[in-house]
Amino acid sequence: MKEETVIKVENLTKQFGDFTAVNAISFEVKKGEIFGFLGANGAGKTTAMKMLIGISNPTSGEAEVASFNVYKNPNSIKKNIGYMSQKFALYDDLTVKENITFFGGIYGLTRKQINEKRQLLVEELGLQEIVNNLVSSLPLGWKQKIAFSVALLHNPKIVFLDEPTGGVDPITRRQFWEMIYKTANQGTTIFVTTHYMDEAEYCDRVSIMVNGKIEALDTPKNLKEKYKAKSMNDVFLKLARG
Amino acid sequence: MNTILYIIQKEFRQIFRNKGMLPIIFVLPIVQLVILSNAATFEVKNIKFSYIDTDNSSFSRELISKFDASTYFNVLAKYPSNKIANSAMLKGDVDVILEIPSNFERNLLKDKKTDVGVTINAIDGAAAGVTNVYINQILQSFNKNAQSNLIQPSNTSIKYQNITSIPSFWFNKTLNYKTFMVPGILVLLVTMITLFLSGMNIVREKEIGTLEQINVTPIKKHELIIGKLFPFWLLGLVLLSVGLLIAKLLFNVPIVGSLLLMYLYTSIYILVILGIGLFISNFTDTQQQAMFISWFFMVIFILMSGLFTPIESMPNWAQLITELNPIKYFVEVMRMVMLKGAGFNEILPQLTKTLIYAIAMNGLAVLSYKKTT
Amino acid sequence: MKRFIGFIEKEFYHIFRDKRSLFILFGMPIVQIMLFGFAITNEINNVDIAILNNSKDTKTEEIINKIASSKYFSVEDFIQNENEIEAIFKKGKVKAVLNFETDFSKKLITENNATVQIITDATDPNTANTISNYVSAILQNYSKTNNKNIKLAYQIVPKTRMVYNQELKSVFMFVPGVMTIILMLVSAMMTSISITREKELGTMEILLVSPLKPFQVIIGKVVPYIFLSIINAIVIIVLSMFVFKMPVEGSLFLLGAESILFIITSLSLGILISTVSATQQTAMMISLMALMLPVILLSGFIFPITSMPVPLQILSNIIPAKWFIIIIKGIMLKGIGLTFIWKETLILVAMTLFFIVVSIKKYKIRLE
Repeated sequence: MKEETVIKVENLTKQFGDFTAVNAISFEVKKGEIFGFLGANGAGKTTAMKMLIGISNPTSGEAEVASFNVYKNPNSIKKNIGYMSQKFALYDDLTVKENITFFGGIYGLTRKQINEKRQLLVEELGLQEIVNNLVSSLPLGWKQKIAFSVALLHNPKIVFLDEPTGGVDPITRRQFWEMIYKTANQGTTIFVTTHYMDEAEYCDRVSIMVNGKIEALDTPKNLKEKYKAKSMNDVFLKLARG
Repeated sequence: MNTILYIIQKEFRQIFRNKGMLPIIFVLPIVQLVILSNAATFEVKNIKFSYIDTDNSSFSRELISKFDASTYFNVLAKYPSNKIANSAMLKGDVDVILEIPSNFERNLLKDKKTDVGVTINAIDGAAAGVTNVYINQILQSFNKNAQSNLIQPSNTSIKYQNITSIPSFWFNKTLNYKTFMVPGILVLLVTMITLFLSGMNIVREKEIGTLEQINVTPIKKHELIIGKLFPFWLLGLVLLSVGLLIAKLLFNVPIVGSLLLMYLYTSIYILVILGIGLFISNFTDTQQQAMFISWFFMVIFILMSGLFTPIESMPNWAQLITELNPIKYFVEVMRMVMLKGAGFNEILPQLTKTLIYAIAMNGLAVLSYKKTT
Repeated sequence: MKRFIGFIEKEFYHIFRDKRSLFILFGMPIVQIMLFGFAITNEINNVDIAILNNSKDTKTEEIINKIASSKYFSVEDFIQNENEIEAIFKKGKVKAVLNFETDFSKKLITENNATVQIITDATDPNTANTISNYVSAILQNYSKTNNKNIKLAYQIVPKTRMVYNQELKSVFMFVPGVMTIILMLVSAMMTSISITREKELGTMEILLVSPLKPFQVIIGKVVPYIFLSIINAIVIIVLSMFVFKMPVEGSLFLLGAESILFIITSLSLGILISTVSATQQTAMMISLMALMLPVILLSGFIFPITSMPVPLQILSNIIPAKWFIIIIKGIMLKGIGLTFIWKETLILVAMTLFFIVVSIKKYKIRLE
């Protein structure tokens, strides 16, 4: 069975004046894959991701997401993807329930669908106690789990996660990755940026960006063999130092 | 359509949840309307009056008693010398010094003519002018009385040909300033609230980061903008209604014209303000910048609206600028409809201009709102 | 101390890096003072009036000519009957109608009295009243010249001296007010926002756990704004002297010192606002909604305080702007020194201390 390609990128480039933030990157992501997008801070990960989710226009190159062109059909892309940003993306002054209603609503879910989704989420995540609390009162770990679930409300084909586990404790990170696995098993593609190298080990394939270019792209196992490294951390250090 | 409703619901929740903001949005404007409407008066009264009487005659005392009897003047002090009186004026204790020269009575009886010195603090030029008129009026009437009391009218063959002017103040017979100011201040408050809130709204989400989250959803620009502006639009109308109620019940301001027409105009007017707010929001990165710009325009709009000072007296170039001032139109319309009972045809010019303004501003705002960078 | 200076430097960087805000902070006051200095006046000029002349004889034509040639009025329209008055007022352009009675000249000669009705649109009572007074004055003048031969029996002639502003220029009244509003709002708004901004972004906590003392943090945040406001004040004073020809009769040094005092008063008010508001939005709405109208209306900037109802006259005392306006007018126009305005100065000092003490109290409560 031939695997379906959900993200296809060719020579995608973004320039800000003289500075080339993303320099002609190319790669493909298959359906159901957990695709890790690694790089140091400022390597161009977030910029590249913003082009794929249609909130930043590429300078040149081609990209298709969920088989829609980023230039021609950014709105069709938006219907098929979920996104969770590095900056915190739920409304602090709304309750968990209200956030779910709002985001469900603007993705075009019906009241009934929203209610069903919410009940499902409450049960899965054990939110019974806090569903009516303001988001601002929750610990960061909870907020991020909920933000992830909110990004999945409309059953997107692909979910983009921009450093989703920044600042949370190892146990929560573990739980978070369990959620990611579960989502991927259900056929949703996960596109995740991170700079935690241990998380890179959990990905099916990873790409490593250095100064706007993709320097390596393969499964963690192959990368470690190729660079004769014990861990992804070593791989990264070897690449980043050139 | 449904999407818009979700945004509206969310905006309302956020407005009503912010306990710090609620009183500022709802209570402050009402309190200000009630209190400040009393402050805005150009009437000149309680003038701080003082005098120097070197004559000390029955005539001079009678003249002073005339000032004392007038409601315009507050006779505060009698000074022994010019020097002391001038120093009192420097300190700001008095604004008028009337100086009655020695031999005042004698000169008047003998020469039938005498001078009095009048010194007026003219920093507020307009008030000084009015004060001067009042002083002259009192002196005139004193002249007339003195004449009839002291001498028999000579049997002159030529009579004085007098032109009588009868002032008649329409729409506001008693020259009540509140009738004029309450609707005006209401206009300012409605405008300030809607401009500041809409100006800050989108830029606030930009700063917090939630706007990015909304931009990756398939929501359409116009849905987002309508959803965000509708709550403020409604808020403006609610504020107007409460204000009108206060104007009517507390200040007894007449509402001569059609309420429906006023609401029709206001609902278009608020769109202009919201469009401006949104436009500002789009072109700024921080709430601080948005606020400074809104403040800048607000001060200009207020002071050049014709509410406090007449537009006709401005130089031509400034009058041209006021054509772009939405508050000017609102103030005009409120006066025309509320106080004069003007109808649809009379306010048609203002209505048309406001409508064009609303379409232009909101068009610009929608165009300049970028979901992508 | 070194740390403290480093901190102030950081604040300056913040301000100067944000070119747009910088432009706003300096550009706006200049634009405003120029605009308002020229445009705002409560004199009346070129008011449009309409004439309803039921006589159309020599006397009425003479009077109409007199009125038309005055700088106060421009005759916009001639109407034919009284029914048109209401319509013309409703349109809004014409502010007054002069209604000459029939057989005006004839009555003036045979009955020694003729009547003009001055009908004004009193929705703006100030303009209506002024128009009414000016027209009456023109009419009186006309009758005087008409009755040259008759001497009045008694005459008290006032020798009027308009002091501090001989030409009765509105600019002298409004420039000090505009200056006050700009300094007050910019200073209070800037500080309250910049402090709450750090609170909202969470950077305030970082500053507070640093070895800097809390008051150093606050002073460090305020110093750059004192500096900016002083530049604004200088620009405004220079503009009012050279563009609007405002005299500075008193000491320029005193004017400067009082301006700095007022800037500090406003900044400390800004600090107070920041202690009671959790978000920038609240801080801004308080600075704008709660300050803007009261400062415009209760400071004596436009409306004379002595004419207000007594409760409001009392209320006006808590507006710092009121005292500053008295001070600048005193120094610039009356040429008085500290001996005359020590009371106003002391009030501003007291207000400043009050704001600071309350802010510190509020601040401590928060820390505990």
